[in-house]
Amino acid sequence: MPLSYPIESNAAHPARLSPGYRSTLKRSPQKPLIIMRHTLSELTGPVYGHETVRANDHDLTIQHASEPLGERIIVHGHVQDEDGHGVPNALVELWQANACGRYIHVVDQHPAPLDPNFTGAGRAQTDSSGYYKFITIKPGAYPWGNHHNAWRPAHIHFSVFGHAFISRLVTQMYFPGDPLFPFDPVFNSVTDEKARARMISDFDLDHTQPNWALCYRFNIVLRGRKATPMET
Amino acid sequence: MPGITPSQTVGPFFAYGLTPNGKYQWNDAFTSSLVKPETSGDRIRVEGFVYDGDGVPVPDSMLEIWQADAQGRFADAQDKRALPNTAFKGFGRCGTGPKGEFSFDTIKPGSVQHPDGTPQAPHILMAIFSRGMLLQNYTRIYFDDEAANAADPVLALVPADRRGTLIARRAQGTNGLVYRFDIRLQGEDETVFFDV
Repeated sequence: MPLSYPIESNAAHPARLSPGYRSTLKRSPQKPLIIMRHTLSELTGPVYGHETVRANDHDLTIQHASEPLGERIIVHGHVQDEDGHGVPNALVELWQANACGRYIHVVDQHPAPLDPNFTGAGRAQTDSSGYYKFITIKPGAYPWGNHHNAWRPAHIHFSVFGHAFISRLVTQMYFPGDPLFPFDPVFNSVTDEKARARMISDFDLDHTQPNWALCYRFNIVLRGRKATPMET
Repeated sequence: MPGITPSQTVGPFFAYGLTPNGKYQWNDAFTSSLVKPETSGDRIRVEGFVYDGDGVPVPDSMLEIWQADAQGRFADAQDKRALPNTAFKGFGRCGTGPKGEFSFDTIKPGSVQHPDGTPQAPHILMAIFSRGMLLQNYTRIYFDDEAANAADPVLALVPADRRGTLIARRAQGTNGLVYRFDIRLQGEDETVFFDV
């Protein structure tokens, strides 16, 4: 049975026009969005097979000849819907800067070194309870041109597919206690403090592996509430 | 009751993770081609450009499409009418190029019923992600050679003078049937986006 997707859930998202983040000025709509009743097109979404996620795609530290430099970390959590139900078989894609705050992307000109042993991309599929796990290194903060002395807090980009095309989520996971939070217009584009806190991972001592890696927990909550019979 | 996780921008540097397309040491989970040799339906290409509010091409956006197969069925178990169709998954992804250009190779979708019982005209859903976009925009691609557009219940919600932004225009490309669909993120001819 499909879920319904109350539009009110979207209130947690940032406004598309958030002037503090300058690039939104020319890329956000100015005309009213059209409100519509969801149809099967909106309520369904792509389904993946095991061919999409290979066995070691979740481990970003073993993709090259040697291990990447930086602080090895475990990032794990559950993908859930708004009723707290795990979302099984959800595709989770991740990409990030290296420990020095440099992306491998050709356009990134930050004068920090690339790491030949780190691409920074990973993929996982949640299990039957919605659980996922990545092994990676902690990304560095980096400067950007939005305003004078602008720096992004360390973050990991996440892309998640839920049950429907409209529950699709692209977000960023932050690390607890980052001193750059008050100054980052992307983070603060989410105006509700409680909603902002949901983008910050928790340090997870219980799953930190002794003598090996710190662990952070990042639960991801997707739209979707109240399973209802589908009208066709 | 937990609230949802807020959206954040895909940023400028997603390509190596989401649309590597042979340029990085990472494989593509998805491509802009939805068709296999055994896929049934009329082959089409949907192509166009993405522009910002100044009419400047957007070279760093990611487009995703989701659509029914030629019989109007979705490759998702939630579509209870659907028979398994392993030859068409209905999902594609494309990063825009230096001129803001994109293209998808797919098939013309069949009609999908609206919850009110009327048929919808054939359409493709599109989500647009980009640097400078904190949340994806959703739009729909319709086809200018479909008489069913006139009675489509979703198009009917759109002011008549803006409907044209949702309708791809048929053209004959060098490799078959092409529909041209440009996306304008802002401005006078701004593409219609849906609040879903």
